[in-house]
Amino acid sequence: MKARVFVTLKNGVLDPQGKAIGHALNGLGFGEVGEVRQGKVIDLELAETSAEAARSRIKEMCEKLLANTVIEKYEIDLRN
Amino acid sequence: MVWHADSEIPDVDLIVLPGGFAYGDYLRSGAMAALSNAMRDVIDKAQKGVTVLGICNGFQVLTESRLLPGALMRNAGLKFTCRGVGLEVTETQSVFTRKYDSGQRVTFPVANGEGNYTADDETLDRLEGEGRVVFRYAAGENPNGSARNIAGILNEKRNVLGLMPHPERVCDPLLGGTDGRAMFESLLEGLG
Repeated sequence: MKARVFVTLKNGVLDPQGKAIGHALNGLGFGEVGEVRQGKVIDLELAETSAEAARSRIKEMCEKLLANTVIEKYEIDLRN
Repeated sequence: MVWHADSEIPDVDLIVLPGGFAYGDYLRSGAMAALSNAMRDVIDKAQKGVTVLGICNGFQVLTESRLLPGALMRNAGLKFTCRGVGLEVTETQSVFTRKYDSGQRVTFPVANGEGNYTADDETLDRLEGEGRVVFRYAAGENPNGSARNIAGILNEKRNVLGLMPHPERVCDPLLGGTDGRAMFESLLEGLG
């Protein structure tokens, strides 16, 4: 089973990189762009066939390593 | 000197986690190092009351391992900053700062790209209320956007200090300054 984990900054946590990207996009003429938030995508391949079990294991991975839950949140997307 | 793969820290009075980079700062600064073998015993010893000092990357490792609250994010200006900054010693009731005067102004170098201290308001209020903010960037000197100008903090038991600036780089006239010396004199006196 494959999984994609999205790690992004929690709402309210300042994202200087996102802000810089937003400014750059505005500068390129994309004036419609408001706030930009940057995050990470982590792709995992798992030797696991049960979606439920995979989700619970990935949650544990996120809590222990993949995200710093002081400042980041995560979403898990399971793929076959 | 303890290798990251070692599982035991010798019986010492002070454990120092120095600055630099570990594991290429992959994922987040300090995230991988916080899970290294050596850190397991550091965490254990810190919880038992051994004095631990984390400087720069060492501070990042201490927050990642949850020995200290909050997190260090990308500098607000997105630049690696390497220069002397003015700090205020805001807490002298600690084994790390007893030889400083309260409110003393010192200059320590910073050298980091991810020194932007962040925590939720409740944590920040608590750190301030409990006298656990030990160093603050002086007015107008905050080099990285750290919340409430925080440069260094203590854990609840006050035996663990993490700070982004480098006191060890200013502890001898040969190094261009001596403002950091009092921290090591404090430790010698307090732990001797």
